[in-house]
This record gives sequence, structure tokens and C-alpha cells, in this order.
Amino acid sequence: MLSIRNLHASRDGKEILRGIDLDIQAGEVHAIMGPNGSGKSTLAQVIAGQPGYQITEGEVAYLGQDLMELSPEERAREGIFLGFQYPVEIPGVSIAMFLKTSLNAIRRQQGLPEVDAMEFLSLVREKMKLMQMNEAFLTRAVNEGFSGGEKKRNEVLQLAMLEPRLAILDETDSGLDIDALEVVANGINGLRSAGRAIVLVTHYQRLLNYIKPDVVHVLAQGRILKSGGPELALELEQRGYGWVEQESKAVAA
Amino acid sequence: MDAANRQLDELISRDYQHGFYTELESDTVPLGLNEDIIRLISAKKHEPEFMLEWRLQAYRHWLTLSEPHWAHIHYQPIDYQDIAYYSAPKSGKDGPQSLAEVDPELLRTYEKLGIPLKEQEMLAGVAVDAVFDSVSVATTFKDKLADLGIIFCPFSEAVQKYPDLVRTYLGTVVPFTDNFYACLNSAVFSDGSFCYIPPGVRCPMELSTYFRINAKNTGQFERTLIIADKDAYVSYLEGCTAPMRDEHQLHAAVVELIALEDAQIKYSTVQNWYPGDKEGRGGIYNFVTKRGDCRGARSHISWTQVETGSAITWKYPSVILRGDESFGEFYSVALTNHHQQADTGTKMIHVGRNTRSTVISKGISAGLGQNAYRGLIKVLASADGARNYTQCDSLLLGHRCGAHTFPYIEVKNPDAQVEHEASTSRIGEDQLFYCTQRGISPEDAVSMIVSGFCKAVFKELPMEFAVEAQKLLGVSLEGGTG
Repeated sequence: MLSIRNLHASRDGKEILRGIDLDIQAGEVHAIMGPNGSGKSTLAQVIAGQPGYQITEGEVAYLGQDLMELSPEERAREGIFLGFQYPVEIPGVSIAMFLKTSLNAIRRQQGLPEVDAMEFLSLVREKMKLMQMNEAFLTRAVNEGFSGGEKKRNEVLQLAMLEPRLAILDETDSGLDIDALEVVANGINGLRSAGRAIVLVTHYQRLLNYIKPDVVHVLAQGRILKSGGPELALELEQRGYGWVEQESKAVAA
Repeated sequence: MDAANRQLDELISRDYQHGFYTELESDTVPLGLNEDIIRLISAKKHEPEFMLEWRLQAYRHWLTLSEPHWAHIHYQPIDYQDIAYYSAPKSGKDGPQSLAEVDPELLRTYEKLGIPLKEQEMLAGVAVDAVFDSVSVATTFKDKLADLGIIFCPFSEAVQKYPDLVRTYLGTVVPFTDNFYACLNSAVFSDGSFCYIPPGVRCPMELSTYFRINAKNTGQFERTLIIADKDAYVSYLEGCTAPMRDEHQLHAAVVELIALEDAQIKYSTVQNWYPGDKEGRGGIYNFVTKRGDCRGARSHISWTQVETGSAITWKYPSVILRGDESFGEFYSVALTNHHQQADTGTKMIHVGRNTRSTVISKGISAGLGQNAYRGLIKVLASADGARNYTQCDSLLLGHRCGAHTFPYIEVKNPDAQVEHEASTSRIGEDQLFYCTQRGISPEDAVSMIVSGFCKAVFKELPMEFAVEAQKLLGVSLEGGTG
């Protein structure tokens, strides 16, 4: 589904990604772990098309297309979803309005009829129940005055509504207490399917207790230093990231 | 410039959508202004003597005034002798009695603007006193209103049919000595709307006027007078768009509102005069004096305006809170794009006891637009227990526009409570990306973010108008997809 080759990206002249190679197939769940400042969020943002990054080298193919040729909204309509680490406030715009506009923009691209207000409401109610969210939420302005946990739930609610092909969740677990984490994880697990790939960007193994990944990658200094199965995450939890970096230096030497 | 800003720039640099020009024969007086021209205007309108006298007094006073230059706006000097002060569309001798008699070209113009009169008559329940250039050519729903004793007619008709009402109230809120533009208007006003709601009557429909400047090089000098007698209620809508043209046009309207005891007047405006092109050529100069007088106890006047057009907007809808416990409100969205300049705000003058006022202003600047909020809250010594709340927010799109806030507060009563809040923000790259990442086009995203910013004002507009206003805002920003 997604194939990244030797991707280099920089921001304000500073190179952050230094040769990423990554292949993701439909139906898989990947976890990308790594220390702070390693480039995890940058990778997620570059895939989604956040302005402000320069792609200096390499290529990214998504469903056979050159992803870098597409605008952010085209990528979204082609099924790429980014769960934001820091969801943005949009004062005065209700969740309902935002989500309905978004859903219909994506449906138009897929050649599906737009949903009307009634259809939208019944659909969103069902998803909100899943996320254990109060319906009053719909009339609140997007992310305005939300707690950390509410913001993350809102991201997963959007994920559930938009049903993307490729979901990249950037630290969706951060700022959640155990109960909220479980709700969010259940929401994500409910979306696992043969046609969908999910990428979890996270610091901690904690989330992976709830969502079992197929592949775990360690990203440090702008490169993927090591990939493995779910057991790699446990090892990282016990030993930290230092040994991976040591090991990779040894290999390079 | 980064990608997001470039995108914003593209969005806001498109062309005016209502740019077309209707060919109509016009009955226009020669250029320039002198007493003969004023006599001619008055004669053409078959005005009673008192009206002509008033105009002449105003004109003589105007000669002693000079154009004010304190506002945060810049423009080439206006040659007041190079303006035609009267223009009426020709359509039969005595004006049309029904839509069937209205020039079909004119009706097509309205249709292009999406305001088919017929449809409005039937569906919307809105009585339209349509002003095309200076003379009202179609008035509807009069009978229904007449049954309730409501007078809603062109100003020129009121001068003839209800001279006593006109004489009693005209110039009592905005005297011709008030300011340069109001004085000019008093001398040369062509037409406008007149509305009187008798005691205890609640006007059952939104009263509406669509203004449109058309004839070339003609100043537009509307005069509107609305009186809500004791315990009466009226909601009045004023909306306008204008066709594409090259030359600067002067528009100096005066609106006077009078609310007696327990009366309420709600006045909503959507203003979309031609703003000029991307280089700042052409566009309407809009110098308007709007003022309401809460004359009676517990009276209530609210102004709601959505200002997206004109090259220059100079406008401060105000309320004099004379009656005890009277209430004044001002809700404003002002958008400037390209080279547009707006200096707008309000004045709330607290005279009576326990008077209250609320001011919510939302300024949006894009392109090279300059947007100033100028507001005066004045509490006189007599106004025990006066309260004001002012909130004034600015939103910037791009890096070359400007937002300015000039709040003036004069409090002479120690008992008064005056609150002022202000903020300035920018549509961020991150907000835009959050929306586009959800598949929403940048056009729709900007439109949505701006609508959200203006929500507190839009909710004050009558439903039908709110939808139109939102659409207009979209069109003004994007110039396209709406």
C-alpha cells in the first residue's frame, strides 16, 4: 500500500529524515517507536503532506501513485488519515459541521452520494457510542477548550467516521489515562481490517498492550534502525533505545 | 513565502462575482452641485416646500464644512462637482404600479443577484422595497402591512403622503449639522425607505430593501427613517450588491432609527458594494451615517452588519441610549480584501439610567486589506448603573494586511461598568492543514474558519440572511466557489 524509499526531508534547512525505507501492506499494523526528536512525527506529517518540509531525496509510492505529487486534501481523499499529536482548535466551527464537511469531501472523491444531516447524525451517533462520547460533544467547537483526552478521542472519532485506507496515529495514546486509553485502543482495534493499514507512532509500549502490532520499527536520528515483531517493543520497554543505536553504529562500522 | 500563505493568497485574489452591468436608460441631472440642482431634485420628486427648505439649509451648512480625515483610510480627493446627484431609471411616466410594468432588464438584474422579487413575494414573506439607483420601483406586501397600520414605503412617497410624520422625525437623530457626509446627504438625498410601526404592533415579517448602484458616475444618497412607536417591534433587512465598474463612486447614506417606549428595532445589513479590482482600481466609497435613538424607556435597538464590499467603508452605526433601561447592540463582521479599507465601529451613548450596551466586532483582513475598529463608549453623568460589554476580534489572512483597534471610552459616572476585550489572530498554517488533512479543500477550509470566527455575529442575523451572509463572505474571500 505504502512504499517509502530512501526518504530525506528537512525543515528550515535542517535535515530530519535521513533515508527512510518502509513498506506497509494492507491489513497490517505497524508501530513506529523511538526517542524524542528522532523524526517520528516528521515522518507522519510528510506522508500526510504537511507544508513546511522539503523533500530532498527519495520517493513515496501510495497505491501505485507518487504521493508527493498530491496535495494534502487529495491524499486525505485517497484514504490517508493522520491522527494529530496536537489537534488544532477551530473556534466557532462545531464538530458536527467539521466532520460532515470532511466526510462529504471524501465521499465525493469516492463517487459516493453525500450524506445529509439525518444520515450523518445516525452515523456519528453510532461511532460516538463506540468511543463512549456524549452527544453534546457534536455542538462543541473543534478542539476548543478540550482536555487532552477529549482531543485524542475526537481524533479517533474522526478516524472511525472517515474509515481511511491508511491511518497514521501520531501519539494518540499520549495524555490519556488508563480508562481512556482502553476506549481509544478498542476504537482503533475495531477498525483493523484486511483492507486497512494502521501506523501507530508512539513513545511507549503501553498502547501496544492493547493494540498488537504486526511490525515494530525503531526510528532514531532520522532512520529506521531496526524492525521486528511485537517482542521488539517489549525489549525496548526494558532496555530503552540506547542499545539499538549502539548496535546500528557497530553494524555501520 | 511558504506554501500555506501562497495558497491563502491565491484564494483571496480572485475576482468579484457580481460584476456585471445593466444597460438601462437613466434620467440623470447634470454633474455638479448648487442650489439649482437641489431645487431640480426636489421638483422632480414633487416635494412639499418644507422638504426643499430643509435641503437648502443643509446645503448651505455643507458649504461651511470640510471633508473629515481622521479615519484610518486613504483615497484620492473626491471632486464633489464631478458627481451627478440624481438618477432615476426611466420606466414609464409615473413609475410602475406592478412588477409587470418594471423594466424587464431590471428584473433580470435582480435575478442575476439571486433575488427574484416574485419568488420572494410568494415564498419568503418578505416585503421588498426595491431601490434601483435612486427611485424605488417595486413595493410589495403593502396591503398586508397597511391592515396593521404599518407604513412601509419609499421615502419620496412618505414625504408626500405622510409629511407630518416625516417632519416630526426627520433629522432628529442625525441632524444635517452632524457631519460632512450626513449634511451632503440631507441636501441631495434621492430616495430610501420610510417605515412607521404604530403603538403595540409587532411587524409580522422582515422588512427588506435591496440597494444597488448602477447608473454610471452617479452618487447614491439614500435616506432611511424607521420609527417604532410605543411597544412596537420591527426587523429590517438591508442588503446590497453592485455591478463591476471603473470609477470611484461616492455613497453617503443616512439611516435614522427611533424607538419609543418599550419598542424594539432590529436593523440588519449585508453590504457588498463593488470593492474595486485586485489593484485597487474602482470600488465604492461608502461614507454612511447610521444612528438609532432609544428615545423611550426600555426601548431596544440592535444593529447587525456584515460588510464585505466597498473600496472604503466609513460607518459607525450607533445608539443613543436616552430612555431609562434602554438597550443598544452592535454586531459587526467587516471583511477587507485586496486594497479594501474599512474604518467601522459604533458609538454607544449612555444617557438614561440602567442603560446597557453590547458591542461585538469581528474584523477580517486579507490581501492588502486594512481594517480598523473604531468605537466610542460614552457614559454621561446621568447614566447611573450603565453597563457596556465590548468584544473586538481581528483575524488576519496572510502577512500584508492590517488590523487596527481604536477604542474610546469616556465615563462620567462612577457607577458605570465598562468592559473591553480584544484579540488578534491569524489563520494558521496548522488550522488549514488540519482541515485539508480531512479532505476539505483550502477554499472551504478558509470559509469555514472565517465563518466560525464570525459565528457570534451571524447568529444575530435573521435565518435567511445568515445563510446569504455566510455565502457572501465565502465569495468575498475566495471570489469563486462560495
